[in-house]
Amino acid sequence: MALLEVENLQTHFRAPDGINRAVDGVNFHVNAGETVAIVGESGCGKSVTAMSILRLIPEPPGKIAGSIRFNGRDLLKCSDREMRAIRGNEISMIFQEPMTSLNPVLTVGRQIGETLRLHQGMSAQQAEARAVEMLKLVGIPEPERRVREYPHQLSGGMRQRVMIAIALACNPKLLIADEPTTALDVTIQAQILDLMRDLKRTVGAAIVIITHDLGVVAEVAERVIVMYAGRKVEEASVEKLFRNPRHPYTQGLLGSMPKLGSSLTGEETRLQEIPGLVPSLKRKLEGCVFASRCSHTTDLCRKVAPALEEKADGHIAACHYAMKEAVAA
Amino acid sequence: MASASVLSPGQVSPEAVKAATPMPDIMPPVKTRKGFIGFLWRNPSIAIGGAIVLLMVLMAVFAPLLFTVDPTALAPARRTREPSAMYWFGTDMLGRDVYSRVIYGARVSLIVGFSVAVLSSIVGLTIGLVSGFVRWADSIVMRVMDGMMSIPPILLAIALMALTRGSVGNVIIAITIAEVPRVSRLVRGVVLSLREQPYVDAAVSCGTRTPVIIWRHILPNTVAPMTVQATYICASAMIVESILSFIGAGTPPIIPSWGNIMAEGRALWQVKPYIVFFPALFLSITVLAVNLLGDGLRDALDPRMAKRI
Amino acid sequence: MFAYVVRRVLATIPVMAVVALFVFSLLYIAPGDPAAVIAGDQATPEDVERIRQSLGLDRPYLVRFGAWVFDILRGDLGVSIFTNLPVVTMIKQRIEPTLSLMLVTLILAVSIAIPMGVVAAWKVGTWIDRSVMGFAVLGFSVPVFVVGYLLAYVFALELDWLPVQGYTSFSEGLWPWFENLILPAIALGSVYIALIARITRATMLEVLQQDYIRTARAKGAGQTSILFLHALKNAAVPIVTVIGIGIALLIGGAVVTESVFAIPGLGRLTVDAILRRDYPVIQGVVLLFSFVYVLVNLAIDLLYTLFDPRIRY
Repeated sequence: MALLEVENLQTHFRAPDGINRAVDGVNFHVNAGETVAIVGESGCGKSVTAMSILRLIPEPPGKIAGSIRFNGRDLLKCSDREMRAIRGNEISMIFQEPMTSLNPVLTVGRQIGETLRLHQGMSAQQAEARAVEMLKLVGIPEPERRVREYPHQLSGGMRQRVMIAIALACNPKLLIADEPTTALDVTIQAQILDLMRDLKRTVGAAIVIITHDLGVVAEVAERVIVMYAGRKVEEASVEKLFRNPRHPYTQGLLGSMPKLGSSLTGEETRLQEIPGLVPSLKRKLEGCVFASRCSHTTDLCRKVAPALEEKADGHIAACHYAMKEAVAA
Repeated sequence: MASASVLSPGQVSPEAVKAATPMPDIMPPVKTRKGFIGFLWRNPSIAIGGAIVLLMVLMAVFAPLLFTVDPTALAPARRTREPSAMYWFGTDMLGRDVYSRVIYGARVSLIVGFSVAVLSSIVGLTIGLVSGFVRWADSIVMRVMDGMMSIPPILLAIALMALTRGSVGNVIIAITIAEVPRVSRLVRGVVLSLREQPYVDAAVSCGTRTPVIIWRHILPNTVAPMTVQATYICASAMIVESILSFIGAGTPPIIPSWGNIMAEGRALWQVKPYIVFFPALFLSITVLAVNLLGDGLRDALDPRMAKRI
Repeated sequence: MFAYVVRRVLATIPVMAVVALFVFSLLYIAPGDPAAVIAGDQATPEDVERIRQSLGLDRPYLVRFGAWVFDILRGDLGVSIFTNLPVVTMIKQRIEPTLSLMLVTLILAVSIAIPMGVVAAWKVGTWIDRSVMGFAVLGFSVPVFVVGYLLAYVFALELDWLPVQGYTSFSEGLWPWFENLILPAIALGSVYIALIARITRATMLEVLQQDYIRTARAKGAGQTSILFLHALKNAAVPIVTVIGIGIALLIGGAVVTESVFAIPGLGRLTVDAILRRDYPVIQGVVLLFSFVYVLVNLAIDLLYTLFDPRIRY
């Protein structure tokens, strides 16, 4: 049994001018200890998916439907109290903006310690001692001093390390990282990714990493889920997806990624782009969600939404024209 | 290259088209209404507040037609009558018809509220623009405004009224003086934040003259906050007028205003509470309506401003 | 830190100077002969002349201002035209009831309004939120004296739970003192509660949108801890600022509330002084209230650092 099984996840938001179907029928699973990446452009519903797992979506105006089974237990059926016992304990989360994700008026030590006091019943002193250890673990120098400092006294990279320390303090089984490196400098990004990889090994948590950066995907993930307009359009292992993307959207994403040395080869120096914009999710879409931007669109695409099909061994895509193969590529 | 496409557009006809199962709705649909009715539906504060204000204005304008008698006519024989079919709201200590006085009293409150709102907007806008654009004037003007703001507004209005003869005009001037510093601060804040905007910078660097910048970039942006502010000032001016009249430093007793009807009912309030009750009710409803209008305008004109008070 | 405090204290001096100049100049701003206005319509030319001399209006403006400021610095606010008592003495006699009323109102209002605003922000869009906001608009819209009469009518006249009017000195016991202040404090506090509840709700709504609140939720923190520890502490600075600014409402409202409830405080002194056109008293009271207001807001400025470690001096 998988650690996390998401089935027919729908997260909709009520807005004054209509219902935003931010996530509309997403299925995936995460095995224990596995790293899965969810990629897509901004607004494709990947962050909402992540937040829905922990039920961090404010309801109202949002609403979550479907099922999210964690260790066999449906999180959508848990009470608020049960959810609180899971959050930060069995499933924890790292956010995109380290600058704003830490509470500016509480010390770093208190913020790390809060998780421990909530879930492990530690006293304030125990929690602070453990916070110092956690800071050491995530590679912050002088942890005894830093533990008493406020977030504004730390650099962006250090704050993200603190976020990781908070997330890992209770040895969670699943870590959801929502764009953990996007807001950081490139050199810091690499450090944070390295740290996450190391800690994953020590803690043994499964990771769901949300990103729009295919470089990050290639670096850390084992399996990739590509999302577009609130739906999953493709899923495969990292190697398969990079070598043989089936869905035109994935192909577009890969094509818009700059490659090292490509400007030197002389040919095809221009990066490809995907024309057009993500369609509004407030209207019900007919046909394939990508039809408005795809260069291969046919009448069939505009009329019938393609189902997700296994096009090759372990390689799923939602496209009428993505060819099936008998044998894995 | 990522072009190892398996896709053969057009040529490959799918053997069996598999359609995705459509996902159900999990929320009831949102009803949207368009046009003016839709706007009012989405902004009930504006609809309700606006309707009541309109009603009060009509009441004030057509006071003589609303079954009123001369609100200043004394009739010592009919003093302090309880409300009845004859005297809807009763009569006061001097036998004057409270109903007629309350209806006519709307005139003073509305005139004071509206005049103070307009006057303090004009004066505040001017001062705010000057101190936002003329650097040497800014520090002096703002020190003066800080000083004036340190005097509680009602107290300032009271002190001003204590020195003048009571008249509606003086009440308007006194309340305006007390309100101007706040408006100036607001306008100055808007000006200073707009001056930081790239498009204003761009206009400045293109050599656009200051009056043109004010006219084209600054004034349009002050309209929304000023409208909202003016509405709130109107509401607060009506309250201050009633307070001034109530303590005997406002509208002269000869002119019926909600404040001085209550001031006259004060001595008898324990035995004849209706003299105080009716003007209080009208005043409260009117101020409430203006405040609702202000809240509605604030939410409709500038959603970001809704976060500030 | 020390240097900052000194700088902030020094910065209030020009403000106070402007207040003093303004209050002083009020006499000259008013149209006509101030002595004649103060003397009233029935005054004889001799009365007017007497007032002119007692106020020193026969001397040049700046000379008079200089002398007046010098007197104030020595603690002399002049002499009442009506009672011939020093204004400072009159203020001293009347200050206890006003201070008591304001203090009780302040404590009452803050302890009601902040939880109200917090709950409204938490339950935003629900009937709880709507009723808090409705109450707030009502608080802004019903004049203090109307609330006062309403409360006195219901709770004192009809139900006979509390005294209708009057004031009992603190020296005569805590309960008699407090009993007399309950209704006035609620009446006076209604606008203030509305103001604080609204700013609390608005600030909390903004804070609850912040990323760190999401982090706290993701940690499994409970609702109470999120609202009162994570959010309220971040919302403190704007709320405390408005509490300080709102004291102006309390001061203005006290004048009226004291009239309604027959409390012999500074407010009543002001109203009586207006009716008698006793200008030195009005001047003295306005000046005192304004200085207190400036000092309270200065103290609040200096307290910011307690709430927000990012604010450095």
